[in-house]
Amino acid sequence: MSTAFEHPTYNYKVVRQFAIMTVVWGIVGMTLGVTLAAQLVWPQLNLDLPWTSFGRLRPLHTNAVIFAFGGSALIATSYYVVQRTCQVRLFSDRLAAFTFWGYQAVILLAVITLPLGYTTTKEYAELEWPINILLAVVWIAYAIVFLMTIKRRKVSHIYVANWFYAAFILTIAVLHIVNNAAIPVTAWYSTSIYAGAIDAMVQWWYGHNAVGFFLTAGFLGMMYYFVPKQAERPVYSYRLSIVHFWALIMVYMWAGPHHLHYTALPNWTQSLGMVLSIILLAPSWGGMINGMMTLSGAWHKLRTDPTLRFLVVALSFYGMSTFEGPMMAVKTVNALSHYTDWTIGHVHAGALGWVAMITIGSMYHLIPRLFGRTEMYSVNLIAVHFWLATIGTVLYIASMWVNGILQGLMWRAINPDGTLMYTFVEAVEASGPGYIVRLIGGLCWVTGMLIMAYNVTRTIKRGEEAHQPLPQTA
Amino acid sequence: MDSGTVSGIVTGILIVTFIGITVWAYSKRRKPDFDEAANLPFSDDDETPNHDTSTSPNGVDSRKSDSCKSKGDRNT
Repeated sequence: MSTAFEHPTYNYKVVRQFAIMTVVWGIVGMTLGVTLAAQLVWPQLNLDLPWTSFGRLRPLHTNAVIFAFGGSALIATSYYVVQRTCQVRLFSDRLAAFTFWGYQAVILLAVITLPLGYTTTKEYAELEWPINILLAVVWIAYAIVFLMTIKRRKVSHIYVANWFYAAFILTIAVLHIVNNAAIPVTAWYSTSIYAGAIDAMVQWWYGHNAVGFFLTAGFLGMMYYFVPKQAERPVYSYRLSIVHFWALIMVYMWAGPHHLHYTALPNWTQSLGMVLSIILLAPSWGGMINGMMTLSGAWHKLRTDPTLRFLVVALSFYGMSTFEGPMMAVKTVNALSHYTDWTIGHVHAGALGWVAMITIGSMYHLIPRLFGRTEMYSVNLIAVHFWLATIGTVLYIASMWVNGILQGLMWRAINPDGTLMYTFVEAVEASGPGYIVRLIGGLCWVTGMLIMAYNVTRTIKRGEEAHQPLPQTA
Repeated sequence: MDSGTVSGIVTGILIVTFIGITVWAYSKRRKPDFDEAANLPFSDDDETPNHDTSTSPNGVDSRKSDSCKSKGDRNT
C-alpha cells in the first residue's frame, strides 16, 4: 500500500503511520471516555472487576486521548509541516521509524499496565518508571529528528508553526524528565524523589505545562499551518504570531499553582499562580485572534468547506476555554468550582472543542494529501462529523457547567446552626441528569469518530485504486 | 539580596525583553522578511491536481491566485 504514494522528496510514510494511529487512538480513547461516563450513570457497569473499575480506566482514558490520540496527531502533523515548510526530507528515516514504533510501544504498555493497577498516582504522569525511561528515549529521538530537519532546511526562515512545535517538543522533554524523577523500588513500583508540598508543586508545574505546551503550543503549531492552508491565505499577522509565541511561553510556566488553591502550598505561590493565569489570557487570545482573522475575506468558504469549519470552531472553543481558565484560576471562583464537574467541563471544552477539533480539521486536510489526493472520499460525511462533534461538545460542557455549579453550591450550603445543609451523596444524586446528558454528548463524539474512520478508509482505498496502472471503472 | 529584590529584577528583565521583542517584531524593517516567512506554507505546492472535480470546482487554481494577492498582515 505505502510504496504507491512515496513522495519524491519527503518522508510521508511515518506521517501516514502516525495519522492513521491518530484516528485509531481517538476512537479507543473516546470509547473509554464514554464507558466512564456510563459508569457514572450506572455504576454496575464497572462489572465489579478491579481492571474495569473507574479508578483504573480513568487514567487509561486520559492517557489514550491526550498522549495516544493528541500525541500521534502532533507528531504526524509536525513531521509533515516541518518537511513542507523547510522543503527538506526528515533528518533520518530510521530514527523517525523508531519514534513511531517506540511511541506506539509506550501506548501499548500503558494499555496493559494501567488496568492492572500499576500507577505512580501522578495525574497525567501515571506510567511507571520503566515506561517513562522508554518514553524519554523516544521523545529525545523525536526532538533530534525534528530539530535536525529544521537545521538542514532549504529556506532561510523557520516558519512560525515550527517554533511552536519546537517549544512543545523541548518543554515536554524537560517536564517529563523532571516530574518523573523517581527512585525505583521494584520493577513496577517507584517513589517520587520529591516530598510533600514540593511534590504537589512539581506535579502541577508539570500538569499545567502539559496543558500549556502539549495541548496548546503543539496544537497552535498545527493551527498556524493548517488554518492558512485550508483558508488558502497566509496568516493574518506574522508579527502577532511572534509576540504571542514569546509571551505564551514566558507566562505559561508560572500558572501551575492555580491547581492547588487552598492547599498546603504557600499562599503567595497560590496568588502568583492566579495573577499569571489571568495575564495568560492576553497571549492566548493573541493566537485565537490571529487564527480567526486569517479568515478575513474568506468567510464564505465556511459555507462549503466543513474542514475549515472544524478549524474555525476549534479556535472559538480555544478562545472560550482560555477565557474560562483564567476566570476559574481566580481564588474566589475556584472556591466554588474546584473539585466539581465544572473542572471536567472546562477540560473538555479545551480537549474536545479545541484539541480534538483542530486535530480532526487538520487530519481532513492532511490524510487525502498523504494518499495522493486533495479531497476526502466524502465531504458530506465531514459535515456530518462536524455537527456531531459540535453538538457533542456543547452537550458535554453545558451539562458539566450545570453539574459543577450545582455541586459547588450544595457543598457550601450551611444551615443557620453551622452544619452542612446537604450530605455528599445528595449532591451526587442531583448530578444524575447531567451525567446522562454528558453521556449523550460523548456518544455523539464516538459516532463522529467512527464516521471519520469510514471516510478515511474509503479515501485510502480510493487513493490506491487511482494509483494502479489499469484503467478503473468509475 | 533578598528574594523580593531578585523577583523585582527578573520581572524588570522580562518586561524589557517583552517590549524589545514587540518593537523588533513590529519594526518596518522586518516586514519583507515576515511576508516571505508567512508565505512559506504556499511556496511548496507540488500537490497533484484534485481528481474529484465534483467536490471542489476551483480547488488548486483559486488557492494560488488567493495567496499571491493576499499579504495577510494588514495592521501596518
